Formats: sequence, structure tokens, C-alpha cells
Amino acid sequence: MGKFKLFWKNNGIGYLFLTPWIIGILTLTAIPMGASLYFSFTSYDMFNAPTWIGFDNYVSLFSDPKWLQSVKVTVIYVCLGVPLQLAFALFIAVLLNKGIGGLRVYRAVYYVPSLFGGSVAIAILWRQIFGGNGLVNNILGKFGLEGINWISTPSTALYTLVILMVWQFGASMVIFLAGLKQVPIELYESAKIDGAGLVKQFFTITLPLITPVVFFNLVMGMIGAFQAFTPAYIVSGGTGGPLNSTLFYTLYLYQKGFTQFAMGYASAMAWVLLIVISIATAIVFATSKKWVYYQG
Amino acid sequence: MEISARDALKAKNQSKQKRKISKTIIHCFVIVLGLVMLYPLLWMVSSSFKYPSEIFNSVSFFPAEWTFDNYTQGWAGVSGYTFGLFFSNTMLIVLLAIIGNVVACSMAAYAFAKLQFKFKPILFALMLVTLMLPFHVTVIPQYIMFNYLDWINTYYPLILPKFFAVEGFFVFLMVQFMRGIPNELVQAAEIDGSSKIMTYWYLILPLSIPALVTTMIFTFIWTWNDFFGQLLYISDIKLYTVAQGLRMFLDSAGESAWGPMFAMSTLSLIPLFGVFIFFQKYLIEGITTGGLKG
Repeated sequence: MGKFKLFWKNNGIGYLFLTPWIIGILTLTAIPMGASLYFSFTSYDMFNAPTWIGFDNYVSLFSDPKWLQSVKVTVIYVCLGVPLQLAFALFIAVLLNKGIGGLRVYRAVYYVPSLFGGSVAIAILWRQIFGGNGLVNNILGKFGLEGINWISTPSTALYTLVILMVWQFGASMVIFLAGLKQVPIELYESAKIDGAGLVKQFFTITLPLITPVVFFNLVMGMIGAFQAFTPAYIVSGGTGGPLNSTLFYTLYLYQKGFTQFAMGYASAMAWVLLIVISIATAIVFATSKKWVYYQG
Repeated sequence: MEISARDALKAKNQSKQKRKISKTIIHCFVIVLGLVMLYPLLWMVSSSFKYPSEIFNSVSFFPAEWTFDNYTQGWAGVSGYTFGLFFSNTMLIVLLAIIGNVVACSMAAYAFAKLQFKFKPILFALMLVTLMLPFHVTVIPQYIMFNYLDWINTYYPLILPKFFAVEGFFVFLMVQFMRGIPNELVQAAEIDGSSKIMTYWYLILPLSIPALVTTMIFTFIWTWNDFFGQLLYISDIKLYTVAQGLRMFLDSAGESAWGPMFAMSTLSLIPLFGVFIFFQKYLIEGITTGGLKG
């Protein structure tokens, strides 16, 4: 029997079932990744053949004020939104886990924003709510206060999007709730006998035991937030305005690649994004040994 | 000093009462916060039944005067293309995406969970890596490729990738689930003469229905909410999805037509809400076991 035949006999059926996935990972992931790495070293507009320009794209990124702005905006969005969202999610999960009853109803109510949050419909709603004549200013008006147009003011526009992210804390909360159920109840009882208050119980028992869940939520939240697109696109009408204050990294990449057809430049941006996400994830992973506690 | 039984009982009652009070406080707090969170949504729904003049001034849930004008006006869409078209377009994409994901991801998951083959650990690790890959590093060459195939302004770029199990989350979710199916069952079936393909079809798939349902639901939600892909590949108004219809409405009517926009936004959320109401169990399951987010 030939070598190939033998290999096929032992492994064929496995690879048969894996065929769609293998085709997918080759044609839709691996080859495109290689291609985009190559494009990132070229000047390419899709209509003329790419020309090799070495590291020029990468170098010009760092002197492109719009790119620097998009990095700043995204970093603020991630570093503010993700921790706030997790803090909210954990806080509410701990409250709901106190055995107060009605858990299923509360969980459903808090989850709804996560379900809808990524949609165009909600982005449109946000644009109204924080607009000049929007709901927020109407409410402020009832208290005799006068609001600004939060969406078209450069210093506040980004924070309306941060609020939108925090609003969607429900999905993380559901994960936290599942994690909290794993914490043995006896631990709390013995802590109570020792006279530990609720706050102390949280920091000495709850938090250490659910650090793996915090870790998971942190990684997933970060990866998701780096890639956010729809809210910024809809709220700013695709411009990233006002004054580029909501120019998310992905939005700038979209503008460069698909409205200006600077495909080489956009590819370089994509690779920088990949490297940044990898480094951020690696840092979280590396420090996790210090703060994530695995039972058993 | 001895503690009398009465004192102990009293203390117990006191702490019980204290706990009751603190529970009530928690209830009040989560109810108020829940209302605050849902307020924008409820306000949007109620505003979709209000006259334009009222939308700008009123913060209340109930319209002073009810009207369905927003719905008829919104449904008419833009330049003859109604939201009826956009809804059926979106449904078609969602349906095909669901079929693709269920078929391709379950096949890959079966291989990873129950079959033995060379390089399995490496391939599995590769699959896990793709979970974290930002789609931007592949989107430009993909666009060029689909453009080369003349697939711009068709649904192929939105649907076909699903038939190649590109959404690793679902593969991962199903692998986790299928690993829980006892190997003894599989062996028993094979002793009875079941081939691997028959085992997949008659044993593994029926037993994996919860995971398949979770996959369907999340494919539904993600495809329904997807905007980037549609923005990229679809520019022909005849092929527009609901999300694109909403965005076009926003662009053409500007901020003068909040009423119809809210009406259509509300309609666009109803299918998601329906899925949530009927399949909540699977949704929660998917979030907690696979780490899938809505």
C-alpha cells in the first residue's frame, strides 16, 4: 500500500469532515492574511498592479495625524469602556446573586440592551437621544438645565459611544452570574461567622474566585471593542466627526481602504491593529498568572 | 454568661428582618436601574406612535395622541423600495447563513470532537487562534477576491463563507458540546455497523440539537445586526438589507424624520426580540458555555 493510501485509510474520514473548514481557513483566512501582509508593503489602489514600497506605509502611519487621532480615540474607547462595562456587569451580577429571587426576569431585562446594542437601529436611537433636541436634553430641560448637542460637540461625542458600550453590559453580566454560581456558599457562611462584612466578603472571596471569568470577559471585551464600527459609523454619518472625535480605528481603515481605495495603506493599518491586539492580549495573558486564580 | 433561648431567637429574628430589608433595597435598586436601562428603548417604541411635534418635547412613555402614520410612512421606504423588500432580503441572507453555519460548523466540530486524524491538535489550535483574529486583516484581500469573482452586489460574500465554517465560535461551541456525548454510545453504534458518516447523521447531530439551536440563534442575531459586511458588498438598493435601509433613510430624510425612523427601527428589532423571547434558554446557554455575546 502506498504511503498516501495508508494515510488516507487512517485519517481520511477526519479530513473529509474537515474539508469545508480547511477550504475556509485557507481561502478566507490564511491566503488573505498573506495577501494583506504583502499589500501592506505596497502602494495599491485595486485598479493598477501593486508596487512595492517597503515600509513606507508603516512609516507614514506615524506621521498621519488622522491615524494618530484614530489610535487615540480607539484607546480611550477601549480603556474606558471595557473596564466600566465589566465593573457594571460584575456589580449587578453580585447583587442578583444574593438570592433575592426574580433572577430570570432581571437577567432578561439587563440582557436586552446587549441583544440590540450592535444594531443600526440603536445607533440611530443614540444619535437622537444625545442630539441637540434629543431625549437627554429634554430630560435636562425638565430640571431647568440646558444641555448641549452631545453628538456634535467634539469633547463629548466619543463619550456617548462609551455610554452605548457600557449600556450593553448584560452579556458580560450573564457570564459573571454563571461564574458566581460556582463559588461555594459555605465560604460565605464561614466568612459571616468570622464577622466579615459584605464588602470584605466580595474582595476576599468572590473576586479572587471569579478572576478566571473576569479574565475571559476582559479579553473578549477588549477584542470586541478594538473592532467596534457600526455605532461610530452611524452616529457620525460615516465621517468619524465632529473633528474626528469618533474616528474609530476601524472606521478610518474603512475610509482609507474602501472609499479612497488606498488598499496598501489600509492593509498596513490592519496589521498594526492585529499586532496591537496581540500585544494587548499577550499582556493580559502574561499578567494573568499573577491575578487569575484557578481552583484545584 | 448564658444566652437564653429567647435572646437567641430574638437575634435570629432581627437578622432575618435585616436581611429582608437589605433584599428589598436590592430589589428597588435593580428595578430602578433596569427601568433606566430600558427607558431609551421604551421611549423609542412609544415615540414611533407619536406625532413629530411630540417626539421633540415629550419624555413620557405614552403618546398624547396615537398615530400609525410613522409606520406607513416608514414602510414606504425610499424611492419606491419598501421595507418589505429590505426585510425579505435580510431574511434570505439570515436563512442561508444559518444553514451554512449549522452544516459546516457541525461537520468540523464532529471531526475535532470524535474523530482521530493526524495534526488534529495543531489544526484545533489554529481554529482557536482564528477566534481572536480581527477580521480587518482579511477583509481587504477578501474584498479584492470577491471583486475579482464579480460577486460585489451579490449575497455570495455574505453567505458563502458560512458554508466554510469561518465562524470558529460555533465550531468551538459544538466541539465542547459533542465532547460530552459518551464515547460508549459512538462505539456501540459502530459495533452495530454504523459508518462514521452514519454516526454523524443519526447519532451525533440529533444529540447535539441544543448546540445547533444555539448556533442558529446566534447566527440569526449576528447576521441580522451585521452592518459592515453589508455596507462593503451591497450598494444596489434592490439588494439592501434592513440595516442598510435604515441607514439610507437616515441619510435621505436627515434628522427631520425621527418618527418613521423610530417606527422602522422598532420593527427591525422585533425579530431579535422574538428570538430572545422564545429561545432565551439557548441564548443564555450559548453565552455561558461558549462565551458568545449578543
